[in-house]
Amino acid sequence: MVEPPRPRRRFRQRSVIPGFGLTLGYTLTCLGVIVLLPLAALVAKAAGLGPAGIWAVATDPRVASALRVSFGVSLLAALTASIFGGIVAWVLTRYEFPGRKLADAVVDLPFALPTAVAGIALASLYAPNGPLGAQLLKVGIEAAYTPVGIFIAMVFIGLPFAVRTVQPLIAEIDKEVEEASAILGASRVATLTKVVLPPLIPAVLTGFALAFARGVGEYGSIIFIAGNLPYVSEIAPLLIVIKLSEFDYEGASAIAVIMLGISFLTLLAINLVQAWSRRRFGYV
Amino acid sequence: MSEAVAPFPDTRDDTIRPPQSVVTERPYVRWLLIAVALAFLALFLVLPLITVFAQALAKGWGAYLAAFTEPDAQSAIRLTLTVAAIAVPFNLVFGVAAAWAIAKFEFRGKNLLVTLIDLPFSVSPVVSGLIYVLVFGSRGLFGPFLVEHDIQIIFAVPGIVLATVFVTFPFVARQLIPLMQEQGTAEEEAALTLGASGWHAFRTVTLPNIRWGLLYAVLLCNARAMGEFGAVSVVSGHIRGLTNTLPLHVEILYNEYNFVASFAVASLLAGLALVTLAIKSFLEWRYADDIAAGTRRH
Amino acid sequence: MTSGNPTRPGFAPFGRAALFGLALALGSVGGAQAQTEILNVSYDPTRELYREINAVFAEEWKAKTGETITIRAAHGGSGAQARTVIDGIPADVVTLGIPSDIDAIAKISKKIPADWRSKLPNEGLPYTSTVVFLVRKGNPKAVKDWSDLAKPDVKVITPNPKTSAGGRWNFLAAWGYAYEKEGKDKEKANAFVGSFYKNVPVLDTGARGSTVTFAQRGLGDVLPTWENEAFLVLEEFGKDKFDIVVPPTSIYAEPPVALVDANVDKKGTRKQAEAYLQFLYSDKAQAIFAKHHYRPIKREAAKAEDLALLPEIKLFKIEDVQGSWDDIQKLNFDNGGLFDQLSKAGR
Repeated sequence: MVEPPRPRRRFRQRSVIPGFGLTLGYTLTCLGVIVLLPLAALVAKAAGLGPAGIWAVATDPRVASALRVSFGVSLLAALTASIFGGIVAWVLTRYEFPGRKLADAVVDLPFALPTAVAGIALASLYAPNGPLGAQLLKVGIEAAYTPVGIFIAMVFIGLPFAVRTVQPLIAEIDKEVEEASAILGASRVATLTKVVLPPLIPAVLTGFALAFARGVGEYGSIIFIAGNLPYVSEIAPLLIVIKLSEFDYEGASAIAVIMLGISFLTLLAINLVQAWSRRRFGYV
Repeated sequence: MSEAVAPFPDTRDDTIRPPQSVVTERPYVRWLLIAVALAFLALFLVLPLITVFAQALAKGWGAYLAAFTEPDAQSAIRLTLTVAAIAVPFNLVFGVAAAWAIAKFEFRGKNLLVTLIDLPFSVSPVVSGLIYVLVFGSRGLFGPFLVEHDIQIIFAVPGIVLATVFVTFPFVARQLIPLMQEQGTAEEEAALTLGASGWHAFRTVTLPNIRWGLLYAVLLCNARAMGEFGAVSVVSGHIRGLTNTLPLHVEILYNEYNFVASFAVASLLAGLALVTLAIKSFLEWRYADDIAAGTRRH
Repeated sequence: MTSGNPTRPGFAPFGRAALFGLALALGSVGGAQAQTEILNVSYDPTRELYREINAVFAEEWKAKTGETITIRAAHGGSGAQARTVIDGIPADVVTLGIPSDIDAIAKISKKIPADWRSKLPNEGLPYTSTVVFLVRKGNPKAVKDWSDLAKPDVKVITPNPKTSAGGRWNFLAAWGYAYEKEGKDKEKANAFVGSFYKNVPVLDTGARGSTVTFAQRGLGDVLPTWENEAFLVLEEFGKDKFDIVVPPTSIYAEPPVALVDANVDKKGTRKQAEAYLQFLYSDKAQAIFAKHHYRPIKREAAKAEDLALLPEIKLFKIEDVQGSWDDIQKLNFDNGGLFDQLSKAGR
């Protein structure tokens, strides 16, 4: 798509298309009322503690450990989802096999399936007396009620992000470039690593970041399958719920703001990567 | 989705091209990858789904259907439909307006705006509930005002709607922005030059171009709206027959050791997810060209 | 909203779906009838109990006054429920798991007077309860007393004392037991509770979550829980799977009730809400408590067969050893309290 040069001095570029004021105004109003005002209230509540207070919450060993669990396990889960999601996207786009359409449709399941439903289903599958949990126990892996359970739930909810961001790009890869590379004597492996994969990297990163951000905040599916033990398998959103049950609104808000800050930076990074890759590769 | 943009026949059908082997992997690698992908999908996605239905039907159809005739279940179904009927159209209008402003115009701060619209995506559901408690709770920002005028927002339908709108806020916009960016502004400009009004151009030019992407976005938005748990759980108050949505009802039944009923209600939501996916797949199959660009990303 | 354009059949489904949704929404509004409603915000294990109590009270109220009354119930972790009252849920009465949660409502929101415990008979306790052990059939780990719960090879399932009233009673019961046994040595009691929580593999947020983990998911050897909850598990999951072990001593658990003054005055439901709370002290309600395995305060009103299931055990009051509920809450469960110290030390 041809993008006109960015105006530097004017707020927006002139256009014959009407409705800019109306639609942008409406967008900003909704955004303000639904998203920004409540989030500002959250920040204001946390600010009641003062910077030192927020720092004290963040460095409280239990909070720090919950943040470590949430961010650490989510990182691993997003990594797993990205690797396998990449394979799934590749297979679904490039190969013909029976049941491909079905497999393609199934990928969106975690988008549509309520998290609580996913949580109880995963818990009954991976509990020590569940069909998968019993098998895993035989090889010495305790899945449910450990960080492994958190990992499983996070992979579940992150997978569609990893697949769906990469898939359209794989579909758009110009086969002629691959053919050229092959005809020029490159091995298939060399073609893949030098020609096919590099343009996919921004999309893979985007999918990874989305899966990561989603995993960090996830609550519904995880509480059913995590052990919720302080310092072991307690996630940050659960700690927010616990703080609320203790009527500690400031503490809950402070944890929320810390999570929010990290998520916002992650998302901003995604959009920058996308803007960059659109300039660099012309799509996404 | 996979056979995306193809106004011309796929190159795979082209006969004058180098042998298959140079542009794809060896058969054993191919089948290995397919096996890995399918095993992964089966393990992580299909098995949980099967579990839901297997547990729901563990005691036969009688017990399964009984779960839906209970008054609490029916009021949960009604509430969930009500909430979706308000939240989804709201996000539909918002998404179209936002996509119009962002895709059809160039202005400063666009990246920031897109990021802000995306923000609810990465806010923990628990936090999504908490923020409305902080604004509308009786000790919150507007608390004294609401108490004085006897307006109940949280622990009532408005609060549940607000939390749901927040959680599904980016769905339609996120889907439409790339789609409308892709289509550019040439067609609308042509219509306007020919004397159409802006609204007319939108209805006759833009809307037909985006309708399938829009429908798809609405479907996902709806599924998510009906299935939200964490955020709604914080603002609902769990009053039976009044503020329990279907996902909360699933949890309640589960906590009453009524596992069959719990999974039965869960299967209703899982069924909704399956119908959503089925319609989506059908749309893709039927209107592959129209929506190819729209499925770029979520 | 994008209205359906007749020349564009592709958009008709949107319009129809919207109409359908609207019809359903209106239907739900129309379904709500004008009648007196009172809301009882309660803790987790009382679902079955109040379902029966509410039905009986509504019937009696109708017979007495001719007014149709609906009693709504909300259940959840006791602390979380107290928070919803503070944040403005229009509760007429609260029936929570532990006095400190009602104290919190009184202190933070002032919707309940600070002296709420003096407003109703028996310090606002229409019934009491205690903590017993649920073990797997045949008691394979031979759990008999609290001391067995701290043995290294025993896995204990208990809810998080931060979020669950049941979890707090378990915590206090273990502490009180050790305090008595170790010659009133607080340090030793703390250490005992520490080794007790080292045996806990899963901390659910509520008593119900812990029961599911223990009974349905098969985790752990013993579930210290509300007496009523232990019996409910036997009834729901089968008597052939679990046994109840009654320890020689346990805690006098106090799940209190109170009127939310600010809310009933605003809603104009004081008469009904007060009558509802008084009803909890009536012979009829007392018999229902016993039937659901709570300990009624009027034993003579209950059936003998129900009472027979509630054995005489030596019960101690935690206030007698740790002081006021303010102190108990601060000492053990507030941020930086004993539970936090123990979990920090135990990691």
